[in-house]
Amino acid sequence: MEKYSFSEYKDTRSGFGDALLELGRKNSDIVALCADLTGSLKMNAFATEFPNRFFQIGIAEANMMGIAAGLTIGGKIPFTGTFANFSTGRVYDQIRQSIAYSNKNVKICASHAGITLGEDGATHQILEDIGLMKMLPNMVVINPCDYNQTKAATLAIAEYFGPVYLRFGRPKVPNLTASDQKFEIGKAITISEGSDVSIFATGHLVATAIKAGEILEQKGIKAEIINIHTIKPLDRLAVINSVRKTACAVTAEEHMKNGGLGDSIAQLLACEFPAAIEMIAVDDEFGESGKPEELLVKYGLDTTDIVDAALKVITRKA
Amino acid sequence: MPNIIELEKIASQLRRDIVRMVHGASSGHPGGSLGCADVLVALYFEVLNHNPEKFLVNENNGQDLFFLSIGHISAAWYSVLARSGYFDVAELATFRKINSRLQGHPATEEDLPGIRIASGSLGQGLSVAIGAAIAKKLEKDPNIVYCLMGDGEIQEGQVWEAAMYASAKKVDNLIAIVDYNGKQIDGPVEEVMPINNIHGIWKKFGWTVLEMDGNNMTDVVEKLKLAKEYTNNKKAVVIIMNTVMGFGVDFMMGTHKWHGVPPNDEQAEQALSQLEETIGDY
Repeated sequence: MEKYSFSEYKDTRSGFGDALLELGRKNSDIVALCADLTGSLKMNAFATEFPNRFFQIGIAEANMMGIAAGLTIGGKIPFTGTFANFSTGRVYDQIRQSIAYSNKNVKICASHAGITLGEDGATHQILEDIGLMKMLPNMVVINPCDYNQTKAATLAIAEYFGPVYLRFGRPKVPNLTASDQKFEIGKAITISEGSDVSIFATGHLVATAIKAGEILEQKGIKAEIINIHTIKPLDRLAVINSVRKTACAVTAEEHMKNGGLGDSIAQLLACEFPAAIEMIAVDDEFGESGKPEELLVKYGLDTTDIVDAALKVITRKA
Repeated sequence: MPNIIELEKIASQLRRDIVRMVHGASSGHPGGSLGCADVLVALYFEVLNHNPEKFLVNENNGQDLFFLSIGHISAAWYSVLARSGYFDVAELATFRKINSRLQGHPATEEDLPGIRIASGSLGQGLSVAIGAAIAKKLEKDPNIVYCLMGDGEIQEGQVWEAAMYASAKKVDNLIAIVDYNGKQIDGPVEEVMPINNIHGIWKKFGWTVLEMDGNNMTDVVEKLKLAKEYTNNKKAVVIIMNTVMGFGVDFMMGTHKWHGVPPNDEQAEQALSQLEETIGDY
């Protein structure tokens, strides 16, 4: 498989912040709202350059979602920014009624998703957000893997009409994808082709899957690694075509097993192309305080977990 | 000068529509709908700068906007929208029935003209109205945004997040109306969860507070126009609108019991006998 350089590390949230600034310069209908986490969301540059189009809402996320919905009535394209926990669970009903059901053009941009938020602990480490958002009709759910892809995704969702949940994270992670990539909502990206096992990864775990693929290669196993940056709508064809070749799948995500990417792929395969599947995800438990890298190991989201899952699923092929 | 008698006639027709719709669907919320008939008629037939022909769900330029935060009084809203030209009055007969655009609570999914956002889950409309008002400011559109809320509804915390925001950020192209009928599903507001000094709370939050008799058309028109004069003055405006739940139908008046209960055949007939048919039933 192609060798990836793990030399540059950047946070995905900076990809969001940089793209937001770029969007602000390109399109005067872009507006941004934040609930007292402007620095954490990397929205400072936008706020400074476009004070009339930046709205500091204070610690009032429900109000932020409602105001964002109202701003679309008049053609504005609002980007809300806060932690993933406060972007979803805290405001589920506001999103459900005023944004998803009403099909408003709000971009819900959520940082510090998942367990790699680290030391703040389980109150802030939401692992259910993908599930909450993908259950809403009209909602698009995107979980890009690195800085460049988060930037490209942020630019792309501004061009798409409708509610979007864009999920990214806190830590610096390998910046692997091309800076000039074209981001297509709902279009999976094949990172390496293989015939023995399909590994479907999303978000931070794409880099982990690539590392696992290199280890598997040394063991003589050809893994097909696919970056599922859009969890909804799922690229069904990409999933089925890959599993048609490999006859088994591993899914990898920084999310709860219930409601996550693995759940979507299992549902698709069970209905349309039954195959053995193993899921790398948090299994029905809350996180805890710790360093991101320690937590990834403890909660079974590390490179060796993906390698072991691949080896296991290959033995389970029909 | 507004023709108050004309407006009262339309309000009477609205009340007939409400009773017939709720009776026809064997479900719905007659109490608050009857209480708010007058203010809705005054808004849509006298006060709002609006054009049903130019309705677009996601555009607001050049018109006043109205948001119904208390989505459960949808029967009253659908009636005033139909009567003011947003859609055919015959469609009122489909209220709450399968395949209808007139959902139990207002929704945009069925593309019903006049509705810009779903409501029903309480406490969200004021935030939405603030967003729309900010959009107007960005576009330098001088028109006003209105939002009708309930007194029970303001028990929701989000209302106060919104109230704080509108005050701090001087959202002064916004007029909120609180239907102060003193009733909610479980009983009198005073018993369920008292709102101590409703005028004082809004004042403390930094709003300009007006009061009106929501079941007196002369006062409604006067106060809505007065409220408009208070806009663009660095403060958001709220009107505490005193109404009687069930207004116009004697046995429904002043009790929470008709908040969400439809009349049976006999009760509907009795109610309609008290409401004059003025511009023709649907």
